[in-house]
Amino acid sequence: MTYETIIGLEVHAQLLTASKIFCSCSTKFGASPNGNSCPVCLALPGVLPVLNKKVVEYAIRAGLATGCTIAKKSVFARKNYFYPDLPKGYQISQYELPICIGGKIDIAVNGEKKTIGLTRIHLEEDAGKLLHEHPTTRSKGASWVDLNRAGVPLIEIVSEPDLRSAEEAVAYLKTLRAILIYLEICDGNMEEGSLRCDANVSIRPVGEKKFGTRVEIKNMNSFRHIENAIHHEVRRQEEVLKEGGRVIQETRLWDSEKEITISMRSKEEANDYRYFPDPDLLPLLIDDSWINAVHQNLPELPEAKKARFMSQHQLSEIDAETLTSSKSLADYYEACVKIYGDAKKISNWILTELLRELNNSGEPIEQCKVKPDGLSGLLQLIDQGKISGKMAKAVFLDMVKTGESAKDLVAKQGLSQVSDASTLEPIIDKIIIANPNEAERYRQGNEKLIAFFVGQVMKETQGKGNPALVNEILKRKLKP
Amino acid sequence: MKLTPEEVQKIADLARLELRPGEVEKYGEQLSNILSNIESLKKFQTDTIEPTAHAIEVPTPFRNDEVVLSDARELTLANAPEREGDLFKVAKVL
Repeated sequence: MTYETIIGLEVHAQLLTASKIFCSCSTKFGASPNGNSCPVCLALPGVLPVLNKKVVEYAIRAGLATGCTIAKKSVFARKNYFYPDLPKGYQISQYELPICIGGKIDIAVNGEKKTIGLTRIHLEEDAGKLLHEHPTTRSKGASWVDLNRAGVPLIEIVSEPDLRSAEEAVAYLKTLRAILIYLEICDGNMEEGSLRCDANVSIRPVGEKKFGTRVEIKNMNSFRHIENAIHHEVRRQEEVLKEGGRVIQETRLWDSEKEITISMRSKEEANDYRYFPDPDLLPLLIDDSWINAVHQNLPELPEAKKARFMSQHQLSEIDAETLTSSKSLADYYEACVKIYGDAKKISNWILTELLRELNNSGEPIEQCKVKPDGLSGLLQLIDQGKISGKMAKAVFLDMVKTGESAKDLVAKQGLSQVSDASTLEPIIDKIIIANPNEAERYRQGNEKLIAFFVGQVMKETQGKGNPALVNEILKRKLKP
Repeated sequence: MKLTPEEVQKIADLARLELRPGEVEKYGEQLSNILSNIESLKKFQTDTIEPTAHAIEVPTPFRNDEVVLSDARELTLANAPEREGDLFKVAKVL
């Protein structure tokens, strides 16, 4: 029997506010343990949460960018459970009335386009962090709690079960991540946990309408983990069914070292969260004028930018798509275009030379030593005839390594192209005299031999002769 | 509305309460009485009334996104049953 995979994703995105969602503690990552905590996020008796306005604005941005309906009225609810990283014994979240409803995200897998529906986006607070080894003493045998993250604002973006493969899930997540980064509401850092993804995975026989029992997978903090974890989980469920068993509704953790999922707890007993409206918080009311104001200030999104690059800069769809796949890459490209002008040339250099080097080093573009003015400077040297395109590629590699300007590198290495006819002519004369047979054959019509002479000149000038000029002089001097 | 002993036990488990012998019956009866009292509200016709979580419709107030450094760490850690460095120490999880 062949099975169809059904996947829905729940994505938690940490919002880039300076302070927490319900108190004024800093959200900065990496502060000393429990340094960013106060009576409100520590849940001491008698405190009251007060909602951060920016959090609401960011959630509206996310909703508008993904085609959601923004709820005029939404309500915060308590999700009750006990865990050492949850100081209040409940998490403030939204349940029946979330801030954004509906929406969609367009994805493409191997050139095939598909629309993935969103169920909702809701606001909630993050929990603290549990450490299973003490960070300084390295002792084990207990757990340690750092509540700096408790109360950091999150949006949870819940997709419909529209995804049909691990590849689609990854494409969805990449698209969503790009949108959040473009919106400047989340840094998208999966390693640090600012973007986290849980996957609900089930399988059903092809043709069956009813969904199978779903399993929730957690603990995947990279695109690769998500792809591997879903592949593994689908195989596991297929085996369970083939052996006549039944899939149990449960939460499983992805173990990226062993490449397996491990059962965490059975959902049948655990998910009685007894949600109820939080009596400490009044309903969140959002009027049209607020929504309109946020709408007017929405930054340009990947799709719009791509279309603009295609129409304004005459880039191909595939080039525009790659350049807009991350905001920092698109910004880099646009900065280059602004300085240098020729969009097509810039895009070629970025898509081949620059991206290859970034892939090799694994560095994000922000850390690349060649800044837009540096790359533009290099291209200007080619245009001025100071260096050949071939030399430029070598210079570029040195720029990536050292961060020095093309001009300085060329001067330092004595690379400057020889574009002076009075320097080249004596060299060329000498070479023609030294190769009388080849010269004769060229004059009799074997024009391919021009390459031989160019090669000789390049050898003599250590590659520095201006190719166009060398060609021109050779042709003139070899004329019968 | 009468709660079964299993329901009472489940509520206790969810609230992390350990019940001694006899307490399931004792609290079961008290909880059932509370529920029966609440149940009396059912005689009111509420179909046309919008459900609300608050008596008056006031929107939530906001605060601006500004950081105020807290000096609560020492105070709270001092009250923790166990600490190690600046971390709360708890029983091993997982």
